[in-house]
Amino acid sequence: MFRARHLLGIEPLAPAEITAILDLAETYVDLNRRTVKHSNALEGMTQINMFFENSTRTQSSFELAGKRLGADVMNMSMQTSSVKKGETLIDTALTLNAMHPDLLVVRHPQSGAVDLLAQKVNCAVLNAGDGRHEHPTQALLDALTIRRTKGRLHRLTVAICGDIAHSRVARSNLILLVKMENRVRLVGPATLMPSGVGELGCEVYEDMREGLKGADVVMMLRLQKERMDGGFIPSEREYYHRWGLDAEKLALAHPDAIVMHPGPMNRGVEIDGTIADDINRSVIQDQVEMGVAVRMACMDLLARNLRAQRGAMASQAFEV
Amino acid sequence: MILHFLNARLIDPEAQTDALGCLTVTDGIITALNAEPPEGAKLIDAGGKCLAPGLIDWGVKIGEPGERHKESFRSAGLAAAAGGVTTLIARPDTLPAIDAPESLEFATRRAADAPVHIRHMAALTKGRDGREMVEMSFLRDGGAVAFTDGVRVVPDTRLLSRCMTYARGLDALIVGHPQEPGLSKGAAATSGKFASLYGLPAVSPMAEVMGLERDLALVAMTGCRWHADQITTAGSLPALRRARDKGLNVTAGISIHHLTLNEFDVGGYRTFFRFTPPLRSEDDRMAMIDAVAEGLIDVIASFHTPQDEESKRLPFAEAAPGAVGLQTLLPAAMRLYHQGGLSLPQLWRAMSLNPARRLGLPGGRLSQGSPADLVLFDPDAPFILDRFTLLSKSKNTPFDGARMEGKVLGTWVAGKKVHGDNA
Repeated sequence: MFRARHLLGIEPLAPAEITAILDLAETYVDLNRRTVKHSNALEGMTQINMFFENSTRTQSSFELAGKRLGADVMNMSMQTSSVKKGETLIDTALTLNAMHPDLLVVRHPQSGAVDLLAQKVNCAVLNAGDGRHEHPTQALLDALTIRRTKGRLHRLTVAICGDIAHSRVARSNLILLVKMENRVRLVGPATLMPSGVGELGCEVYEDMREGLKGADVVMMLRLQKERMDGGFIPSEREYYHRWGLDAEKLALAHPDAIVMHPGPMNRGVEIDGTIADDINRSVIQDQVEMGVAVRMACMDLLARNLRAQRGAMASQAFEV
Repeated sequence: MILHFLNARLIDPEAQTDALGCLTVTDGIITALNAEPPEGAKLIDAGGKCLAPGLIDWGVKIGEPGERHKESFRSAGLAAAAGGVTTLIARPDTLPAIDAPESLEFATRRAADAPVHIRHMAALTKGRDGREMVEMSFLRDGGAVAFTDGVRVVPDTRLLSRCMTYARGLDALIVGHPQEPGLSKGAAATSGKFASLYGLPAVSPMAEVMGLERDLALVAMTGCRWHADQITTAGSLPALRRARDKGLNVTAGISIHHLTLNEFDVGGYRTFFRFTPPLRSEDDRMAMIDAVAEGLIDVIASFHTPQDEESKRLPFAEAAPGAVGLQTLLPAAMRLYHQGGLSLPQLWRAMSLNPARRLGLPGGRLSQGSPADLVLFDPDAPFILDRFTLLSKSKNTPFDGARMEGKVLGTWVAGKKVHGDNA
């Protein structure tokens, strides 16, 4: 079972822990479909969402997940706060820590920043995306979506396509899917393919047609224009021509292949709008739904571990 | 004052020998080897431990002027003495840079606070901006031993070629940092599996090769004396070898960190392991050890770079690069000795004799007539490093908590004991 203090990435998780999180998330999928969507798993606890990078989707997903579990949720938009006045990440963390939160949900534009912050606070920290490093809840919600539509999470061929270099979603998904014994293909232009990824247990394709052949899952990534400092691709229309998902390229995948996208989408850049809207192929809306459930499961488990740890400390103090 | 060291393992980098013997020092000068103790000499029993020329650490950053809270000449000097370093070659990348005779004079005056010898390098261009040549002749007369812009590369090849040509006329030494600045812009790690997995901005080792090839071509064109501060990747070695074979006046160095650590040591974004250039692969590290053994790489140094806690307690790519090294240079080098890659005379050739030769300094030797800059050390004494015991004002060492071997028992500068019991 999942016993860790923080959820900072997929990398430290064992396959059994991933399965446990997904199993618990299933129960929250059911809960979220009822009219009364409340649980008391985080009753009385304080959850702070610290987003050092703009996000509407992930932040609202975490906020909703926390509220449905009964936590007091506070959103801090770090873009406009004291960080702008020169406060360091550590000081911000210590300031918040003094308010005794139980869960910190953190997104930061630098790889490793959430790990650093987690060393300085005594609550549970949940990584909501750090730089190009990891985005664990996204990989878990993608895994849940795949498991529910495909009936299993192993021996599938998954093609992750597009801007791999700037994508933490790709890294977390790659690690998770390889851990669960799937065949992973990374597809994209060589300029957007990080060096040495071929050694991480996946296959690398530059030709999207080759990469999609027989795939069970086609996972598209957003072209991260804001992270590009020039010169990765010649133009969006050429990118769409070679790596955009259209009906013709999708026809090469397995006939039952599903199409995923972590959002927000650039229609007509990496994905054809009609495919994104095709309810027989696209599971993009399911991903959003699974997102809330997976985040509820992760926070529930972190809260249980936090209570167990505090309980152990208290009984230790009593024995002395 | 006569000192007579007996029962010492003498590490002689010139003769490349490591043998038991004794050594006599008269008035700060080595006067005899393996001779009877003169009358009235103070006897020092080395107890079979190693006696070697003091280390000459080429490329030490001192925070004066500008960042005295990170390191002063006094604190650096004390750390050097404790680390067996008897001469440190200070870098000019201060605030402001040492780029004029006036600032050099200030630094020279302040350096008198330190218990060890301090020599200075001067900037190559004013403000290290790569636009205007410094007053090389004035600076050399003021005591500058070499000219360098540190890790800033001069992008304008025409200006660099003129600096080199002008330096040739003065027989001055230029120290370059081989790196292609466009390719390495913003990089915090070496590209590859590790950097990709951790999502760090990375640079290919090829950027170093490109920078080196460019600089060597300019050296061939101008004929100046040139030294590469750090050669850290196997890909650079053929270019270096070619330059040597062609007879160019070229030498090269490497930091002790690139010889003892690799990219995986960064682990969970540990910023004390952030360096410029970034740590390399294990294959590169092994190739560099061989290159030092062969003599293709001439100099090993600590590239001591003090950084305060605030500069390091940041996300990896935002943290300042560099580590302190004056006190860990010797024990870290002992790792190479104990692993069998390099002998003690080979290490002392790279850490003492070669820097002295290249910079025209008298130390670095155990021969008669050389200054008695000496270090007595036990290569086998084990310890666990606690960074807060370091004498440097900054404590940013990658070896914190590491198991190390090699303790300095005593350091002498010009025959005067500056570290050890009764110093």
